[in-house]
Amino acid sequence: MTYGIGYASALALTGIAFALVHWHVFSLDWTLGIVFGLALLQILVHFRCFLHITLGRSARADLQLLLFSTLIVSLMVAGTLVVVFNLRSRMM
Amino acid sequence: MDGLSGPEFRHVGLNLQDHPSLTTQQVESNIFGFWVFLMSDAVIFALLFAVYGTMLVGTAGGPGPAQEFKIGPAFLETLILLTSSFTFGMASMSMKYGRSALGLFCWLLVTLFLGLAFLGMELNDFAAMFAHGAVPQRSGFLSSFFVLVGMHGLHVTAGALWIIVMMVQICVFGLDARVKINIIRLGLFWHFLDVVWVVIFSVVYLQGLMR
Repeated sequence: MTYGIGYASALALTGIAFALVHWHVFSLDWTLGIVFGLALLQILVHFRCFLHITLGRSARADLQLLLFSTLIVSLMVAGTLVVVFNLRSRMM
Repeated sequence: MDGLSGPEFRHVGLNLQDHPSLTTQQVESNIFGFWVFLMSDAVIFALLFAVYGTMLVGTAGGPGPAQEFKIGPAFLETLILLTSSFTFGMASMSMKYGRSALGLFCWLLVTLFLGLAFLGMELNDFAAMFAHGAVPQRSGFLSSFFVLVGMHGLHVTAGALWIIVMMVQICVFGLDARVKINIIRLGLFWHFLDVVWVVIFSVVYLQGLMR
């Protein structure tokens, strides 16, 4: 019953993230960091429990595709952020 | 423990024992092809997120995230979408273990209703924003917000239409191997949209509400 476990942990992670923002538990920087950390954890839960990506041999090709896409995505996102923020700071 | 045709193949929902015409390898390459599509979709979303991140401060004196976003509806939409992912999981389970297609059909129907409820709430949010003058052409921030969240909404709309198509296919063809593979693809698509929404509520709504 991976779906039950996935649903419960997804609900818990979502609830914590919204609660932190709603009740201003920590300072702004800390909250931002924790919320992004919780999101990353929740993405892993979704991939493991809902999309059935495991470290076993049966999902090896899917896992490799996923890791390669993650590399491409992080390169493009990081590049976009660096270039556009740099442009902004020079234009302002 | 599970009635799959090959030990290598573990996607939930597939039971090809009655369909010897389809080999496990064929099915695996079909599903893998769909994963490639999903990852190209992920690239689109990632770049829209990057653009949103750079545009967060570009409100041009217009309405900003703190005034326009409401934590209540955002939380409710998140709960609805998470629950729809769970009900789709139940649909996959009943496709794998169920004796008839009825359980699968009912879970798909529940998932469809949850998807439509999510879309209704999102459109309601957009309408409220439009009423305050927060339209896409107002500022860079609003343009990137509506492109990013609207793109996800369009995907959910496509997913809802796809669920309807699959329900019709179940009625017309019954649960043959082709229909089963299509439902597995639809499941991957639906769960993937949920993952994108996790990033949207963290990066867009929660980050915006913090300020």
